[in-house]
Amino acid sequence: MKNVLNIVYLIPLLPLIGFLINGLGRKHLSKGLIGIIGSGTVLASFLISVWVFMQVKGGNTYVADYFNFINVGALSIPFAFQIDQLSSIFLLIITGVGFLIHVYSTSYMHEEKTEHFGRYFAYLNLFVFSMLLLVMGANYVIMFIGWEGVGLCSYLLIGYWFKNTEYNKAANKAFIMNRIGDLAFLIAIFWIISKAGNVNYGDVFAFAQGNKFTATDITTITILLFIGATGKSAQIPLYTWLPDAMAGPTPVSALIHAATMVTAGIYMIARSNILYSLSPVTLNIIAIVGLATALLAATIAMKQNDIKKVLAYSTVSQLGYMFLALGTGSYVAAVFHVMTHAFFKALLFLGSGSVIHAMGGQQDIRKMGGLNKYMKITNATFLIGCLAIAGIPGLSGFFSKDEILAGAFSQKPFGIVLYIIGLGTALLTAFYMFRLYATTFRGNFRGTHDQEHHLHESPAAITIPLIVLAILSIIGGYVGVPEFILHGAHSLKDFLAPVFAGSYQVFEAQGISHEVDHSTEWILTGVSTALILIVVVFAWNKFSKKPDTEDAAGFGKVLANKWYVDELYEKIIVRPMNGLGTFLNNVFEKSVVDGIVNGVGRLVNYSSRQLRLLQSGQVGSYVLLMVVSMLLFFVFQFFLRK
Amino acid sequence: MPINYYIFLSIALFCIGIVGVLTRRNAIIIFMCIELMLNAVNLLLVAFSKMHHLNAAVSGNVTAGTDGQLFVFFIMVVAAAEVSVGLAIIVMMYRNIHSVDVNFLNRLKH
Amino acid sequence: MIPVLLIAIPLVTGLAAFFSRNEKLVRSWALFSSILTLAISILGLTIFSDAKYLEHHSAWMSTLGSSFSVKLDGMGQILCLLTAIAFPLIFISTWHSSYKKANNFFALMLLSQAGLMGVFLAMDALLFYFFWELALIPVYFLCSQWGGEKRIAVTFKFFIYTFVGSLLMLIGILYVYAHSQDHSFSIESFYKAGAALGHKEQTWLFWLFFVAFAIKMPIFPFHTWQPDTYEQSPTATTMVLSGVMVKMGLLGLIRWLLPVLPVAAYSWGNMASGMAVTGMIYASLIAIRQNDIKRLVAYSSIAHIGLMCIAVFSENKLALQGVMIQMFNHGINIIGLWIVIELIERQFGTRKLSELGGLAQKAPAMAILFVIIALANIALPLTNAFVGEFLMFSGIFGSNDITEYNILFTVLAGLCIILAAIYTLNMIRKIFYGDTVALTANVQDVKLSEKLALGIIVVLIFWMGVYPQAVLNITNDISDSILKLSDVHPMLKK
Repeated sequence: MKNVLNIVYLIPLLPLIGFLINGLGRKHLSKGLIGIIGSGTVLASFLISVWVFMQVKGGNTYVADYFNFINVGALSIPFAFQIDQLSSIFLLIITGVGFLIHVYSTSYMHEEKTEHFGRYFAYLNLFVFSMLLLVMGANYVIMFIGWEGVGLCSYLLIGYWFKNTEYNKAANKAFIMNRIGDLAFLIAIFWIISKAGNVNYGDVFAFAQGNKFTATDITTITILLFIGATGKSAQIPLYTWLPDAMAGPTPVSALIHAATMVTAGIYMIARSNILYSLSPVTLNIIAIVGLATALLAATIAMKQNDIKKVLAYSTVSQLGYMFLALGTGSYVAAVFHVMTHAFFKALLFLGSGSVIHAMGGQQDIRKMGGLNKYMKITNATFLIGCLAIAGIPGLSGFFSKDEILAGAFSQKPFGIVLYIIGLGTALLTAFYMFRLYATTFRGNFRGTHDQEHHLHESPAAITIPLIVLAILSIIGGYVGVPEFILHGAHSLKDFLAPVFAGSYQVFEAQGISHEVDHSTEWILTGVSTALILIVVVFAWNKFSKKPDTEDAAGFGKVLANKWYVDELYEKIIVRPMNGLGTFLNNVFEKSVVDGIVNGVGRLVNYSSRQLRLLQSGQVGSYVLLMVVSMLLFFVFQFFLRK
Repeated sequence: MPINYYIFLSIALFCIGIVGVLTRRNAIIIFMCIELMLNAVNLLLVAFSKMHHLNAAVSGNVTAGTDGQLFVFFIMVVAAAEVSVGLAIIVMMYRNIHSVDVNFLNRLKH
Repeated sequence: MIPVLLIAIPLVTGLAAFFSRNEKLVRSWALFSSILTLAISILGLTIFSDAKYLEHHSAWMSTLGSSFSVKLDGMGQILCLLTAIAFPLIFISTWHSSYKKANNFFALMLLSQAGLMGVFLAMDALLFYFFWELALIPVYFLCSQWGGEKRIAVTFKFFIYTFVGSLLMLIGILYVYAHSQDHSFSIESFYKAGAALGHKEQTWLFWLFFVAFAIKMPIFPFHTWQPDTYEQSPTATTMVLSGVMVKMGLLGLIRWLLPVLPVAAYSWGNMASGMAVTGMIYASLIAIRQNDIKRLVAYSSIAHIGLMCIAVFSENKLALQGVMIQMFNHGINIIGLWIVIELIERQFGTRKLSELGGLAQKAPAMAILFVIIALANIALPLTNAFVGEFLMFSGIFGSNDITEYNILFTVLAGLCIILAAIYTLNMIRKIFYGDTVALTANVQDVKLSEKLALGIIVVLIFWMGVYPQAVLNITNDISDSILKLSDVHPMLKK
């Protein structure tokens, strides 16, 4: 069947071509050309994605089947892309935000040597390619290809400045932690293959809807998939790589470690929503882990002084929020938050990049302050980002966060607990974001004179993406205006309805409702908004007057040291493993395994030395031996043998 | 004469030979003892050969039992060859170590 | 005709190479011969793929019931192709290494190629044994003549190990032969004779064969010859050993163990897999702490081969097809790694990770190629090894029923994927990243010949990673027939 949507292969192919051109021609092309190729291919993908978005608006799903990737026995894994509402939204986010960040990078990375500039853009394009594979794949294996591909690009980009050993270690850490999750993901795939005999979404979901998975199967599969998601989306216990990943260039942090790659876990669970809806146990686990992560990361973010680290922990925390949404069955809210988060978090990261650029590489907010006087656009856009993430009404973050909290509240029987902790986290978020904003942009400048002299607004290639993202951060929420404010205005929900239709049926069958009274919802929203506003004003006042520049003490020190989780992992996993390796290498291998082998050799040597003594050289003894043995032989032959 | 006498004589000769080989150290005497053992066997072969021949001749088979005597000739030829080689070795041994005591021939031990 | 040529070309050219004194000439001669073999192998896959070209039977020792029968089945195609690709790559990439008595070196290399081809093609147990030894002996001389400082002791160990294995296998072969109905060494009568044996007999025969093959692969705890030998051998020989020769053991398992002793393989398979999985974790943990690149890669190879061994014993279509394709992929990848390691060792005279660093700054091409190959080796998707490992894992996990063993093996072997990432990335970091040290300040990037060899490998990596179906189709039939022969369920029903 020919279909116009068959050309969707161009969407990932174009960035791949960009990667090849920039990667192979990095020594020969000029920087301008590299930038144009890098951004242009992503722009072209974005335009196609918009067209695709228009096509699927009617609610249809299209699977483009290209060739057999693996076909062994009964197992057939096609190389196929699935285009539906969910993937088209992600396509828009990836290529759209991706394009802005490419443009931003042309200016931000301009001081790199041409060769490395080309390498950078090649990696970025490769990342976009992998991410597109991830969301477009029509089965779990293609998703896994993209899944590991983005992990690889993240590794390459974190270690982009490869002369720095610390950065390389951070890159390794990111890759390895992701691999732990990937293993769980893989085992889930094997489990699915073994039960359903297939990995295509359509078939697997139909299999699940027919209740052909046993309860154990489906719970195990979903938990394993979720473990995969904790690796990629930085949840407890595999979140520690994300803050370290800030070693990469700032646009990378914006694109990969905030806007797109880390939301892959959300995408995967939203994609498999049927499986999760059928497994309430897993949903509860997800909700708890998500909430715990959100809270933990938010507490850590309160005491960080590196502008990017604050944003990194904020990302972990927001991802936790999204998982809370998934865990409470509000899939739409999760996807909604992915979208708004992509806008405002990319904006914040790019803004921080602009600040770092102006400060000549300085990332410590204690040495900034008062930047609003020097960088008008950055200041304004950064403020919008902070307001959006804090959940101030009217901005995008408000709508998505509110929907998540409402979803949590509707959960029975512990909805109220989830809601309170969720709200507490939201307050913490508002607090640390405005601590960050006030310390950086308000008050007086605390850096050196030299730095002050060089402070300037960034060039247009940096500010234009900021402005675009700021606008999106404001208006992005209006695709999901909640029911209680305006009836029928949640266009995102309607748009995504076909994707989650199966889950809604399941919830209905289980008697679970996510509806909350409109009046209750007004109260909840009112309370949360009021509290958030109070916190924002408090933090703004506190930190623009007297930024907290001292080293943290007491409990603050625990927070500043990230609850000592890294140290804990080092103690209970890394060191024992290395110790075991050393022991096996130096002791076990040499003494036991090789010892036995050499022992056999030595035994042969020893026994031959002993046997040699029989050869006395006395002719008489030889003859005696001969005679005696002959006699014995005779005796045996004639008397003993029956 | 019954065959028993030959057998006992042969056993006696053989045992003398063995004891001689085991106990004596003089290479020449050992050598003679080996010859003694060979001849004990020869004696036995000839005796049995004669016995078989007599028994078979009754039924008209004139060639029966002759192969035993053939073997005796073989052994005598081999023994002669052995003597020539063996004595040569003993002579060489005497030239080298001025003795024919076999207990000196233990250099392979080391 | 094709299989005879595959054996005869390296054999004849190898013998001829002994008589040349000119190093340059003999080098080109060896390269020419290996490319000719490659061409024949490709012809066998394409133009002459008809069955009548792929088989040859002639009388050999007919009184013993042994004949010279060689045949290219799917597995043979893949492994012969691997051998045929490996040798030109080895000769091209070591073009700039010089050897004393080069004529002997190249002659022995070609002889070992002939032996390997014979092992992969033989359809007669005695012939199989003959080639098994023929492949081993040149390698022994290669290691002991051109190896490192401790070569004598190490090659002695290597030789004793493999020789013990060979003898055990010979005992097994003779036993099965004695019980074959038509007193023949042919593979068909072996399949019949073996399957007719009782469980007890099959059990001890199983261990005779398994130990022989386990030593070759190698499987824990029979592996200690391997890191030493890889370390001490000249790198060209190491490439043969690790890239191609370990596949002899796997081929032995698949062609000569599973179908000959199906009942024992079924009942002792988990035990063998247990040894393999122990070895995987063991070797991976050791690899993390290695400072010597060659030893690191050697231990990583134990882990990878262990996975293939488990997959073979899972007796499952997915796993077996995975092993087939992975045998090829592993060979290609590890040869690529050795090529770069050889370059590093030749330039700096050291293989210690702690003495290297920062190579990526001055030698970006080397860094990029090495990183691609190393990542392929840890099975990143869209590279060749992913396909193999994915199939093997899903096969091990079980296509019909999931037992505790399946889960245990999958999870434990899966841990090695993580450990592999740890040691591989650390190796990359320590060699290529960071700042340069005094030793590596004046590094030269890869030369054209090495670039060519590595380029071919990278192309193969991606080709096999994106479109593996071409290879999977080749081995489809042989996998089916092996599984059919080794299926114990019909026997149990009786």
